[in-house]
Amino acid sequence: MKLRICMTVGMAAAIAATGALADITIGVSIGFTGPQASLGVHYKNAFDLLPKTMAGEPVRYIILDNASDVTNAARNGRKLVTEDKVDVLMGSNGVPQSLALAQIASESKTPMLAFSPINVPAENAYWTFVVPQPTELMMDAVAKDIKKHNIKTLGYIGFSDGWGDIVLKATESHAAAAGYRIVANERYARNDTSVVGQVLKLMAANPDAVMVGGSGTGGALPQIALRVRGYKGLIYHNHGTVNSEFIKIGGKHVEGAIAPTGPIVVADELPAGYATKAVGEEFMKRYEATFKLGRNAFAGYSYDAVLLVDVAAQVALKKAKPGTPEFRAALRDALENVKNVVGTHAVYTMTPTNHNGMDERARVLVVVKDGQWRLMK
Amino acid sequence: MNFDIALWLVQDGITNGAIYALLALALLLVFAVTRVIFVPQGEFIAYAALSLALLQSGRLPGTVYVLVIGGLIAAVFDSVIAIRARAYRQLPRIFAVYVVLPVLMSAIAWWAVPQKLSLWLQVLIVLGLVVPLGPILYRVAYRPLAGASVLVLFIVSMAAHYVLSGLGLVFFGSEGLRVQPFSEGKFQLGVLTVTAQSLWVLFASLVIMVVLWLLFDRTIYGKALRATAINRIGARLVGIPTELSGSLSFTLAAFIGAVSGILISPATTIYYDTGFLIGLKGFVGAILGGMGSYPLAVLGAVILGLFESFSSFWASTFKEVIVFTVIIPVLVWRSLTSIHHVEDEEQ
Repeated sequence: MKLRICMTVGMAAAIAATGALADITIGVSIGFTGPQASLGVHYKNAFDLLPKTMAGEPVRYIILDNASDVTNAARNGRKLVTEDKVDVLMGSNGVPQSLALAQIASESKTPMLAFSPINVPAENAYWTFVVPQPTELMMDAVAKDIKKHNIKTLGYIGFSDGWGDIVLKATESHAAAAGYRIVANERYARNDTSVVGQVLKLMAANPDAVMVGGSGTGGALPQIALRVRGYKGLIYHNHGTVNSEFIKIGGKHVEGAIAPTGPIVVADELPAGYATKAVGEEFMKRYEATFKLGRNAFAGYSYDAVLLVDVAAQVALKKAKPGTPEFRAALRDALENVKNVVGTHAVYTMTPTNHNGMDERARVLVVVKDGQWRLMK
Repeated sequence: MNFDIALWLVQDGITNGAIYALLALALLLVFAVTRVIFVPQGEFIAYAALSLALLQSGRLPGTVYVLVIGGLIAAVFDSVIAIRARAYRQLPRIFAVYVVLPVLMSAIAWWAVPQKLSLWLQVLIVLGLVVPLGPILYRVAYRPLAGASVLVLFIVSMAAHYVLSGLGLVFFGSEGLRVQPFSEGKFQLGVLTVTAQSLWVLFASLVIMVVLWLLFDRTIYGKALRATAINRIGARLVGIPTELSGSLSFTLAAFIGAVSGILISPATTIYYDTGFLIGLKGFVGAILGGMGSYPLAVLGAVILGLFESFSSFWASTFKEVIVFTVIIPVLVWRSLTSIHHVEDEEQ
């Protein structure tokens, strides 16, 4: 009896081991519960629609929840690289969590695809690739629009946290090229009950347009206050604000709000022949049909990350077997050399110095029109 | 800064200050009667505001689950004690208060969801859902420890705050909600545009303050509360049930929290964790007033509101820092001028 159990266990272990060796294993840490769950759910859902094989090899996805928490994200990451020996790490829908994963990826020499726009520290940059648009790239679209409208002065009001700083920095980085000046820098918190003081200060500086550095529903508070006080200028937002809850909160006051976002959000409105139109439209249709959830940018990042791994795996499989350090190194090298991979958000072309690989086609401007985010024409 | 802007800021500061004043009163009341520093006060704000927003958008607020399950736990607590004491005659009352009432309120809310009820009925339903949470919370979290030190009760408060705010995240989600304004009306007062909404806040705050004053001064329950606040043992000696006083003060605190939440919800976006900061500012207001006198607490809260409004204009990055730093000079001054009392239970 004892012997039989031993044998069964042994065989199971052997099968599991060979299974793990033949499979390409993708380890994912996302926060699909906790404060950032509204984003994380989309990242997670997308995996149900992603390919089950790559270059003929079966793919295994191990998706762990980090409850939007940095410590959990790090613990997930360690478990994935040590116990599951994943070939590639992915995650997470939050900047601090992604940074923690990048650190682990680098230590364990595992290629990693970040799900949020992080500025990877130089020592971890070798192993990390960033899937979403860098904030500078997003804000570049806004800067071009500001220039088009011949706006000279811009008032800024943003969160009094890291995100407020990131958006401000990105907005400032294009100021000289687009010929505008930031004349006021006000801060507020997501759960402030009033932004009257900040808005009065902004309006006293009399800017031609206002840039809001909030995210999600948090972006609505200053816009509503500005419109209630009778501010007539254009109000710009950032890509963190593009969701339907923002419009639900803001109602008529957020009509005309302009923000940059990934093209997948308005895939069906893109002009024919737009590089990512076909891929984005097809995926979003499947996503909406399967999950009955509104359009969003986030599911597309999961899709693009897996697509990049798929393309790179074709090359890496010729050099080594999945589950080995050699395969991970080969996969990283291949990721660094992908050319013109058409995803839902962008056409990715990576180089050793550019681990994001996006260009101007990776963002579009959208505007709130009749209670919907529509492509700005 | 010119005079117009100052007027605007004063208006904003007083509107916020009125809310802080209400919360300061509730905190002070609970502290005086039960010695509990009532951190979860803020949760009632968020629960009420978010429940109203969900009712308006035709969804069942998750508050009903908290209410029914909380009520069941409280009922079990009380029933066990009653059965052990062989006081079976108390059982129907326990059942009615902690099981029938929450289930009834939840049923009403469930029925009301698809109906397009008028705003006032919705407000009443929300009050019916949120206010009973006060006595239930007291029964479950505080009454078993009613004799403990202020510090222990404070730690219980922190735990209750985390539990309630975690449940809020589960039931209301991480994105904010907003209630439709009660009235879109506004009128011109010199350079100011006064919204009807801000007048509602002021009016409701004043009414609640007057009602509280009448309650304490004219009714037997109010007098019982005051007696408990002045001297717990003395109150018990003359036959005032101190548990009832505790339960009553929590009911009032929940009511004030819920009304505050309903009042501010059309003016700002409410998140599941918004209430905590508002409650904390009410607490700072109460401390500015010396944590002992109701009129001074109201004054302290209004001053805090003005302070916040002006600092959001001058240095918005450091607004919260400035607002919460005000507490330090006040504490220093008080600790230098007042004689230190040793707490009763440490004798």
